[in-house]
Amino acid sequence: MSVPFASMSPEHAPIGPHTIRRTTLTNGIRVVVQENHTSPSVVIRGYLWAGSVSDPPEKAGLADFTAAAIRRGSLTRTYQEINEQIESVGASVSFSAGRRLTYFGGKSLAEDLTLLVDVLADLLQHPAFPPQEIEKLRGQTLTHLKELEDDTRHLAERDFRQLLYPDHPYGRPVEGTLESIPLIRRDDLIAFYQEHYGPTDAVIVVGGDVTAAAVFELLEKQLGSWRPDAVHAVTEIPPVRMPQDACRSVRTLTNKTQVDIVYGTVGLPRTSPDFYAARVADTILGHMGLMGRLGDTVRDQLGLAYYAYSTLEAGLGPGPWSVSAGVAPEHVEQAIAAIRTEITRMRDEMVSQEELEDAQDYLTGTLPLRLETNEGITTTLLDMELYNLGDDYIIRYPAIIRAVTCEEIQTVVRKYLDVERFALAIAGPYQE
Amino acid sequence: MEYRLETIESGLPNGLKVLVRPVHSAPVATCWVWYRVGSRNEIPGRTGISHWVEHMMFKGTPTFPKGSIMRLVNKNGGHLNGFTSEDYTAYFETLPSDRIDLALRIESDRMANSVFDPAEVEAERTVIISERQGDENFPEFLLNEEVTALAFRAHPYRHQVIGWKEDLRRITRDELWTHYRTYYGPHNAVLVVVGDVSPSVVLKRVEELFGAIPAGEPPPPVIAREPPQTSERRVVLRQPGTAQYFLAAFHVPEARHPDSFPLMVLEAILSGASPMSITGGATPTHRSARLYRALVETELAVRAGCNYSFNIDPGLFLFSATVRDGRSLEEVEAAISEQIRRLQDEPVSAEELQKTQKQARAQFAYALESVTNQGFWLGLMEMVDTYRSFDALLDRLAAVTAADVQRVAQTYLVETNRTVGWFVPTDHQEAGA
Repeated sequence: MSVPFASMSPEHAPIGPHTIRRTTLTNGIRVVVQENHTSPSVVIRGYLWAGSVSDPPEKAGLADFTAAAIRRGSLTRTYQEINEQIESVGASVSFSAGRRLTYFGGKSLAEDLTLLVDVLADLLQHPAFPPQEIEKLRGQTLTHLKELEDDTRHLAERDFRQLLYPDHPYGRPVEGTLESIPLIRRDDLIAFYQEHYGPTDAVIVVGGDVTAAAVFELLEKQLGSWRPDAVHAVTEIPPVRMPQDACRSVRTLTNKTQVDIVYGTVGLPRTSPDFYAARVADTILGHMGLMGRLGDTVRDQLGLAYYAYSTLEAGLGPGPWSVSAGVAPEHVEQAIAAIRTEITRMRDEMVSQEELEDAQDYLTGTLPLRLETNEGITTTLLDMELYNLGDDYIIRYPAIIRAVTCEEIQTVVRKYLDVERFALAIAGPYQE
Repeated sequence: MEYRLETIESGLPNGLKVLVRPVHSAPVATCWVWYRVGSRNEIPGRTGISHWVEHMMFKGTPTFPKGSIMRLVNKNGGHLNGFTSEDYTAYFETLPSDRIDLALRIESDRMANSVFDPAEVEAERTVIISERQGDENFPEFLLNEEVTALAFRAHPYRHQVIGWKEDLRRITRDELWTHYRTYYGPHNAVLVVVGDVSPSVVLKRVEELFGAIPAGEPPPPVIAREPPQTSERRVVLRQPGTAQYFLAAFHVPEARHPDSFPLMVLEAILSGASPMSITGGATPTHRSARLYRALVETELAVRAGCNYSFNIDPGLFLFSATVRDGRSLEEVEAAISEQIRRLQDEPVSAEELQKTQKQARAQFAYALESVTNQGFWLGLMEMVDTYRSFDALLDRLAAVTAADVQRVAQTYLVETNRTVGWFVPTDHQEAGA
């Protein structure tokens, strides 16, 4: 059986130096365009350096609140006017904060890109932070946070992060808490915007039924002269420590029928030399087929759970490497034991050559699918910019994945996944 | 640029209907098989059996043993999934187009040769009960289950696709097998292939792979008809929780009915054109629509919307909202009723109509980005009406008038045709303290 993409010549790659068009606006924003004429639509997606790591601990959620508040109006457009203008053409715009970055973007018919960029540029450069809208947003956020207090899957994930990153910004919820959101004032939002929003190292990617030259001209006109006064604030991030022993939290919700669990440890950043071996290892452990080895054991053989999979969150910093499962209350201990057994097996025994090749085939072969839609194209290109992977990354990617060996997988699993040192969060109808 | 695409229809003597749509924009293709079976075809005591059969279709055949179907598709750079609705069960594989033959081999094989190993049936029983328990953790699921069961008295749409837990504990291997044999066969299926393929090559392979599968007996028709609702029904769910949820359901006609398009426009006017993408990247356009303005902007609710879905038999038009902390279900219900009255009393403006058409055009264009989405829509429309309705959708919506919208609001969104559900959290005070 031949292997898709294994011997892809550069000119046949769907995306590469021969298709990617790039420029830098006069204020330094990097712009990347990939034309895609499949459908008369377009996606624009960008990031700037404003994330929840900069939230003061008592004001957790500030970055996210700021991003949502920016969407609520500019100096010349009310929230209602923005909604009407954008939605009248079936488009959307969004702003959201992560731990390090704030993402912004939108989607429209290609014929409406000018309007979409006009609104996005207006909001980025001239947000009004209307007091009334901020209070509406606060009320919505608080109700949403209350709903999350009743959501076992969310609670297990949130508790897991807090256990794994104690006293660290990575452990705080990006969306804030019922205690922190009431403390955030309009002045805090404005100050956060002024300190963190700017063109320095910002990136915008456009994918769709457009021409690169027209996009460059449009973005230069709308955003090229954005030069905020404030100095770009840099947030020092404390080092992350691996868990030193086993820690566990249980949140009992007696009215629920399923228990959600998250089990794991600190993984690695995307730029780590261990990343690709860890990606292949994670595919074998908790993705390949119906959720990898974990799915085979926990769901298929033991019938303990509807879902059991692993997640490797490798970002700018070392994100968690974890296993999530939803199980009946009477099966919790058995499911945790099965997860530990699978992790131990990955440490003790090398994966077979066949399993490795299957995972490599999957990771390399699904590339065309991931690059089919404008969302897929822009997400991939934005990651390529963020981690400085190079325009030929998609061409090189199959060879990078193929180079991973069984030995490297065992080494990376032994280095990171330790069943004696982990965090475990349990939420649902369960008591110790 | 012209984006109109052509679908080639053909069939095999054993009854299999085949739709092929060449799309050459990317080197990918998708293969779907749709069976005309879902929770609509289930009888009391066997609810959830269609969904369970769907799970068993991943448990292997003699040619593709358990676990190998997903693994092979992944190994070949593809994704797959299966899902069950009230009206149909669908399976798809999306692959690099030079691998699409694998999907055809898998689908033809499991149409006829799936193994229902008793041990696998038992292992899957706990998985499916676990799936249901995961659903039960959400108050919205519980409320929807109550309201649907109350809205329908006679029609099998009254139970959820997942089924009642008691039935999931009891259903036997032989019942699953009989369900599979009754509904899975070329006589009850539609095959859809979309992507970078040659129709003649696909059709030749379809003949080779599916042609020898014998047609089964026609499945028993669904004869239950829901009697007209003559007075309002209400249910209040009191359970531990942290938020109040509102749900109202009105009986509405099936997808084939001419009123389905005015109902779609009505939905868009109240809560924006529905996203048509199942492969991610939904583009919500509800914030300028009437329900958001009347409920969220006024701080009565944090979320408010409505939904009309295409069904084979008359289904439900749903209104749902999450009450904002500190406000009441009564206030939310009154505000939704007010918006319904407005639609009944005043025709919508030409601008509003035009806006929904443009929104639909945009959602349609977004859906065209992926072959998987196109396969989904062609198959779905063929299940509930005809696949031709997919390409005709924009024209049909453009033909809807303000008078049509007003008329369907007056006809269907009336109190005697309404079932209302409230979720009242019993200890929601303590969480916010």
